Amino acid sequence: MWTRITAVESIPVREGRSVELADREIAIFNLGGRFAAIDAQCPHRGGPLCDGIVTGGQLKGHAVVCPLHGWKIDLDSGAVLKPDVSVRVETYDVRVDGGIIEVDIPCARKRAA
Amino acid sequence: MESLIVIGNGMVGVACLENILAHKKRFDITVFGDETYANYNRILLSSVLAGERSADEITINGLDWYQKNGIGLRLGARVINVNRTLRTVTSEDGGVMQYDKLIFATGSGAFIPPMDGIYRRNVFTFRNMDDTQGMLRVAEPGKRAVVIGGGLLGLEAARGLQLRGCAVTVVHIVDTLMNNQLDSTGGVLLKRRMEELGIEVMAGRRAQAILGRDEVEAVEFMDGDRIPADIVVIAAGIRPNADLARQAGIACGRGITVNDFLETSDPRIFAVGECTEHRGETYGLVAPLLDQAKVLAATITDNRGPVFEGWKPAAKLKIMGLDVFSAGEFQETPGTDAVRFDDPGAGIYKKLLVRDNKLVGCVLVGDASDSNRYMDWLRSNTDLTVRRRSLLFPEPVTDKGSSIADIPDSETVCGCMGVTKAKIISAIHEHGIQSMAQLKECTRATTGCGSCAGLCEGLLKAVSPEFEEDTKRVLCKCLPFTQDNLREIIQTQKIKSVQEVLEIYGNGIGCEICKPALSYLVDVVWCGDHDEDRSARFINDRVHANIQNDGTFSVVPRMRGGVTTPSELRRIADVAEKYKVPLVKVTGSQRIDLLGIKKQDLPNVWRDLGMPSGQAYAKGLRMVKTCVGTEFCRFGVQDAMGTGIELEKRLENLFTPHKTKLGVTGCPRNCAEVTVKDIGLIGQEGSWQVVVGGAAGKDVRKADLLITVETTEEAIEAALVFFQYYRENGHYLERSYGFVERLGMEKIRKETVYAPAKDKKALLRRLQKSKAFSRDAWTEGLTPVNKTQFVQIQPMEGSAREVVQ
Ligand code: SRM
Ligand SMILES: Cc1cc2nc3c(=O)[nH]c(=O)nc-3n(C[C@H](O)[C@H](O)[C@H](O)COP(=O)(O)OP(=O)(O)OC[C@H]3O[C@@H](n4cnc5c(N)ncnc54)[C@H](O)[C@@H]3O)c2cc1C
Ligand code: SF4
Ligand code: FES
Repeated sequence: MWTRITAVESIPVREGRSVELADREIAIFNLGGRFAAIDAQCPHRGGPLCDGIVTGGQLKGHAVVCPLHGWKIDLDSGAVLKPDVSVRVETYDVRVDGGIIEVDIPCARKRAA
Repeated sequence: MESLIVIGNGMVGVACLENILAHKKRFDITVFGDETYANYNRILLSSVLAGERSADEITINGLDWYQKNGIGLRLGARVINVNRTLRTVTSEDGGVMQYDKLIFATGSGAFIPPMDGIYRRNVFTFRNMDDTQGMLRVAEPGKRAVVIGGGLLGLEAARGLQLRGCAVTVVHIVDTLMNNQLDSTGGVLLKRRMEELGIEVMAGRRAQAILGRDEVEAVEFMDGDRIPADIVVIAAGIRPNADLARQAGIACGRGITVNDFLETSDPRIFAVGECTEHRGETYGLVAPLLDQAKVLAATITDNRGPVFEGWKPAAKLKIMGLDVFSAGEFQETPGTDAVRFDDPGAGIYKKLLVRDNKLVGCVLVGDASDSNRYMDWLRSNTDLTVRRRSLLFPEPVTDKGSSIADIPDSETVCGCMGVTKAKIISAIHEHGIQSMAQLKECTRATTGCGSCAGLCEGLLKAVSPEFEEDTKRVLCKCLPFTQDNLREIIQTQKIKSVQEVLEIYGNGIGCEICKPALSYLVDVVWCGDHDEDRSARFINDRVHANIQNDGTFSVVPRMRGGVTTPSELRRIADVAEKYKVPLVKVTGSQRIDLLGIKKQDLPNVWRDLGMPSGQAYAKGLRMVKTCVGTEFCRFGVQDAMGTGIELEKRLENLFTPHKTKLGVTGCPRNCAEVTVKDIGLIGQEGSWQVVVGGAAGKDVRKADLLITVETTEEAIEAALVFFQYYRENGHYLERSYGFVERLGMEKIRKETVYAPAKDKKALLRRLQKSKAFSRDAWTEGLTPVNKTQFVQIQPMEGSAREVVQ
């Protein structure tokens, strides 16, 4: 479900910001010309991925480096590129409509009661 | 044993000896050299002038090499006569020696065009170490240098002098630069690029006289115009040193005439190197000459067989950030197709000359990355029919590994030393080579102009199972330069932002290693007057606090000299309660840490504290630790607190390669532990000791004495001068303890506290400029750089609250 998040100006180019939605927290990155969104928490020990430095990812894409211990997460596939572990984080489609960033959020996750 | 005499101790003569030693036949060898240095790499004189290498770094064979191989070396001994009947050579000092075989390896000398006044002081040619040292003695900021000649040598000299701070003008006789290697489009583009580097070019002008009393003062042109000059370099071409051979009656043209076996007209006499003329051709670059050296070694050791058939000329300009390469023909002729890429905006021009589907020449300006491939086509006469559609565009390579795999084994990787890919690979396997240093030693690859270093390192990495990085390594793989190179690039190309460096010199994206380093470099090069880009900073430097293991932050307010007041302490207590700070701790640096603060609370915490940032997160000045000193202590002989607070005020909010911690102590009992600080001041009766490079973290190191001075103001000045010197010369993430060990205290003293007054002033001036641009980071709490710097984004829809409603 496409969800309106915020104006494009809220996220400076090459930086990320997190946003809390009903059942999840996601990190959105402005990659200059396009945006990417992934789950906000690092699969290592929950570091804030929105605070990481943006770098090159698989092929010609982008990745983010977690500020806590340097895990590198691909922003397009969600794969962990460094270290070599087979974990990935959730990724979301992003589009811009009338200057507003919209993220495609799947229907609400079941919340533990 | 036959005796062999070599006249000339230069690059090619000695290379020939190295080759001779590899053969079985033994000679009793003596070398005469009129220079006073052992065998060095002449090519790299340009780098010495530019400050990229020191004079000792360019030695090829030191004195021990001659000794080890039993070669007699006569340095500073110029041969003035060769008598072919008696088979003797006579040197200037009167010594006479007999030979069975004789090699001329006398190189060439600078061609000096007819001009008045060339003997004035500070007029130089650019040929040997003495010339270079002479220039280095006079070249300094503020001096005006005029280089006569816009060829390879002239341009390299111009750039070197400019990097030494001189204002440089190149005077060139025809309209376009490097006209012996480039067509006019290339020459004009090169002129523009030189001008962009800040070098003035006067093309199509002829200098006719050098004016001045004793020292040079001006250069005069044919039309009577004059330009002022403190230094003049004549680089108008070279001329083979053949006079000695000519006087001895050996056949000579412009150079000493040799055949394909490097034999002269006298069967006992041979010639090799720049002094030769072969099939009407003389050479001014080393690669073909090293080929000659190999051939001559075979000829002279009774293995006559290999022949030297001449090479197509190739030339590469060694100016960093300005790629120029030319090989073979460079002017269109009827029957030749010129394939061009010309993007003046990007400063790139490429031209390939193709005849009968074969490459006969190429000109590359602005991007010479494909020069190896073209050289290979040129040398091996590759048929290009199938490649005609994509001559200028190699298959895009995605990673370095595959581009290395793409190179054919026979391709020459190091053009200067003629080392092929196959040779490097077999050397790596046979000798178990692991580092670039070993590769150099074993194959000589990269020891010429050095431009193939990246390729060789790639090969080594790909092939050697236990590759070891060199110490002089590049910052990271996003941009293949060392930090020293990058500083120079940022400065000379006038780049003010991280992103721009990455786009022009790197992969356009960068990573967590190079971005913070570049952020530091642009800051320090422009003394704070740069375009700050927060996206290139680690999170701590985006929000001015230290991230904790749970994503919260710690706040350490500045408490200069560790001195506080009851009202500050009260505010700290209030803040701790108001924001429910989980931990309040006295730190190891005499101040108070509030840990566990949420990002969005940071601006309010700072506002309520009303204290400046202690920069406990920054690679910058941390604190100045002090003891009580004369204020209260019965032993105090100097005002430690007052001096420490003053120092902290002068240096706070400035960044350094790594964190920098200072200490000031009121007497040698050293209660503030300053001998393990990056900079420490130790109070003594009537004087201060200033110490630097101490450490008590991962490493423990006692600081070295920088200087002892009488007054407090002098002590502070010494600290400031060292601080700025470390800022300008330290590698990013290099603590002062590593820095002083890398440079050595002697050099540091010479360039800081003992430096000429004007250099010291310049360091302080740059420090002051940075200080003027700096500010307390926490003021951003009130005026954030963007509206979401500290706060989380509130979604327009889909929030938790909405669902609840
Ligand atoms: C808070 C503090 C410990 C304390 O509770 O006392 C501390 C905390 C940290 N130190 Fe430290 N160091 C603290 C004093 C020291 C000292 C003692 C001193 O300053 O007198 C040292 C030894 C002296 C020195 O600097 O070498 C010290 C040597 C280190 C090192 C080793 C540096 C080295 O090259 O040897 C690191 C790691 C590094 O920087 O790479 C480090 C790194 C860290 C980091 C920044 C680790 C990190 O990356 O997150 C810790 C941050 C915690 C935080 O968020 O506050 N800390 N650290 C001290 C803060 C001082 C201040 O007020 O600013
Ligand atoms: C600044 C500079 C930059 C260069 N850059 C490059 C480059 O990038 N690429 C490249 O391929 N080439 C470059 N060259 C050219 C390269 O250095 C030469 O091609 C090479 O040094 C030639 O070697 P050689 O042994 O023939 O002559 P040299 O190295 O000049 O050696 C000849 C030696 O003989 C001595 N000598 C002469 N006469 C006598 C005598 N009568 N008695 C005793 N000794 C005598 C000379 O003093 C000299 O030491 C550069 C040259 C200079 C000066
Ligand atoms: S020694 Fe320093 S870096 Fe290590 S846990 Fe303690 S505060 Fe953290
Ligand atoms: S929490 Fe992200 S790397 Fe450890």
